[in-house]
Amino acid sequence: MEFLSDIASLINSTLRISTPLVFAAMAGIFAERSGVIDFSLEGKMLMAAFVAAVGSYYLGNPWLGLLLAIIVCVCLSMLHGFASVTHKGDQVVSCVAINILIIGLTTALAAAWFGQAGLTPTLNEDQRFLEINLPFADALREVPIIGIIYSDILSGHYVFVYLAYLSVPIVFWIVFKTSFGLRLRAVGENPSAVDTAGINVFTMRYKALAVNGVLIAFAGAHLSTAVNANFFREMSAGRGYLALAAMIFGKWHPKTALIACLLFGFTDALQIRLQGVELPAIGEIPVQLIQALPYILTVVLLAGFVGKAIAPNAIGQPYIKER
Amino acid sequence: MSNIVVDKSKVPWWVSNVIVPLVNLTLALLVSGLFIFIAGENPIEAVKLIIFGSFGYIQGFAYTLYYTTNFIFTGLAFAVAFHCRLFNIGGEGQAYIGGLGVFLVAINLSFLPIPIVWLLSICGAFLFGAAWAYIPAYLQSKRGSHVVITTIMFNFIASSLMIFLLVDVIRDTNQMAPHTVKLPEAIWLPSFEAFSGILGIKIRYSPLNLTFLLAIASLFFVWFLVWKTKWGYEMRAVGHNTQAAIYAGISPHKNIIIAMCISGGLAGLLGVNEILGVSHKIQAGFPAGYGFTGIAVALMGRNHPIGILPAAFLFGILYQGGSEVTFEMPNITRYMFVAVQGLIILFSGALENLFRPQIESFFVRRLNKEVNA
Repeated sequence: MEFLSDIASLINSTLRISTPLVFAAMAGIFAERSGVIDFSLEGKMLMAAFVAAVGSYYLGNPWLGLLLAIIVCVCLSMLHGFASVTHKGDQVVSCVAINILIIGLTTALAAAWFGQAGLTPTLNEDQRFLEINLPFADALREVPIIGIIYSDILSGHYVFVYLAYLSVPIVFWIVFKTSFGLRLRAVGENPSAVDTAGINVFTMRYKALAVNGVLIAFAGAHLSTAVNANFFREMSAGRGYLALAAMIFGKWHPKTALIACLLFGFTDALQIRLQGVELPAIGEIPVQLIQALPYILTVVLLAGFVGKAIAPNAIGQPYIKER
Repeated sequence: MSNIVVDKSKVPWWVSNVIVPLVNLTLALLVSGLFIFIAGENPIEAVKLIIFGSFGYIQGFAYTLYYTTNFIFTGLAFAVAFHCRLFNIGGEGQAYIGGLGVFLVAINLSFLPIPIVWLLSICGAFLFGAAWAYIPAYLQSKRGSHVVITTIMFNFIASSLMIFLLVDVIRDTNQMAPHTVKLPEAIWLPSFEAFSGILGIKIRYSPLNLTFLLAIASLFFVWFLVWKTKWGYEMRAVGHNTQAAIYAGISPHKNIIIAMCISGGLAGLLGVNEILGVSHKIQAGFPAGYGFTGIAVALMGRNHPIGILPAAFLFGILYQGGSEVTFEMPNITRYMFVAVQGLIILFSGALENLFRPQIESFFVRRLNKEVNA
């Protein structure tokens, strides 16, 4: 029984840890499917975490904090678009600029406004999201198997966890089943053909970036107003890059990206459990090696030992309308 | 907005290479001023403090040049890779591992005559940094994994690896904090104090040391390598148009590997300044963001040694002056200057074409008038 509950808690934390990765990967799919590289997921997630925490603290409601985070992230996405779509600047440089700007700005402003080294004040129960217990979770706990799945794995998550997994089929539907999705993919594959069909390439890319901003805001708010009750310095800890790697590994497809995100989440959940555990024959693994596991996994996955990923054809190239 | 078309051949070099970057820099600094204002301090006072802190007294100026040394290395590192169209964001990790190289060589070979120890340590730094850049380079060229993600991951991995080594393997066991023992004093690189006597200046302490000259030499080295050798030409060809380069019989794989290894090696030289020159031991997290700042330095200097020198000096001023500001202004922390770097990358990198057409056409029209008049 103890083994089963161990597995259950591992799956439970996998679902929770994967949540920001899922949002970020979905956000990345929108940007990159439209032909705009988005390494700035990392920075935007960090900014969303900061704005959501500060917003909830002052407005007293986490939903208002989330709303502010969405607005700010959409603005950042527009900035990326302004630089790389309108002014045809280098997309990677634009992303690196946004990431470095946000790392500095969030920490500097937290220090200036709250006087603690890069921390925002702790949110109370009204200012943050709480875990949601699904109906009958307690009553069903004693039922074998179903009880564990329902009460220990599915119940008791933050709202973002449910939203994240809900977003995957929705993104799939938008990208592959709607005319907007068709245009989105076409703009990323062959912008001049789309232009010939009378669709504005620039507007399409801006729209894709706007959706990208909305989705990434959820990832940040999850970090600072749900799993943690405040913002701290560089709290996104590379998750934006992990999500991007998951998206590439998932071949720019929501379903496979989800699987990659869960794999990262599982590695992370496992590394937390493995710390300080003596393994048979190997002994205790150094904690630093365990902590580096998600990053090493990223490199291994990206090296394409499981098949080469092919990016949207027009990715990274600014569109130049012929005169 | 972008319908102004300027004949590139008529634009004087100083307009596109001096005026436009200066306008972009000014924009970045104006927005930075706005941030300082939002943080609740007076931007004009901050500028005064920056200028005083970096030029106002000899020790401050020595610090400015010490930071400049670091930024020349990391700026050159980014620039070399960039000429092959590779974004080496991993300068931070390569510098960290480069530091390990310096230390291991210096501590194990400290019995050799002094200049030879120095030379071998510099080689150690270069080789360790290059080795750390080799894997992302190989994965980029053979497996197509994007070098930005792999180098970022290698920063995280380098940090974990170095903490592991510092805690469990090479830690000075007499100390609680995770750092190594100090190198023997005989092999420390002479610092500016030693020379200040000859110049007739009295100075108590400065981190500026002989590595500054190595940095200046690196500027020449990169200039020669990229613009004056066959290999530099091949590398730029691969960066400019890979297909055409392949057609001309140039191997992209070879050039990607060489470009990244030289880039990583240059980043590794940061370890020479920090370990052989200043702290004489490896401390946890010693690259302290210099690797990332290198990106801003290179983009501001338009990836050319002649531009990188003033850009590195400017960032030296910002760092040293910035520490003066954080000392005097309680609401400003050093992270404000990280944000300033981000703005400089944004305006002189991604938004470099924001006002370029307008500025270039303005000057072309004025010069035409002068010619006609």
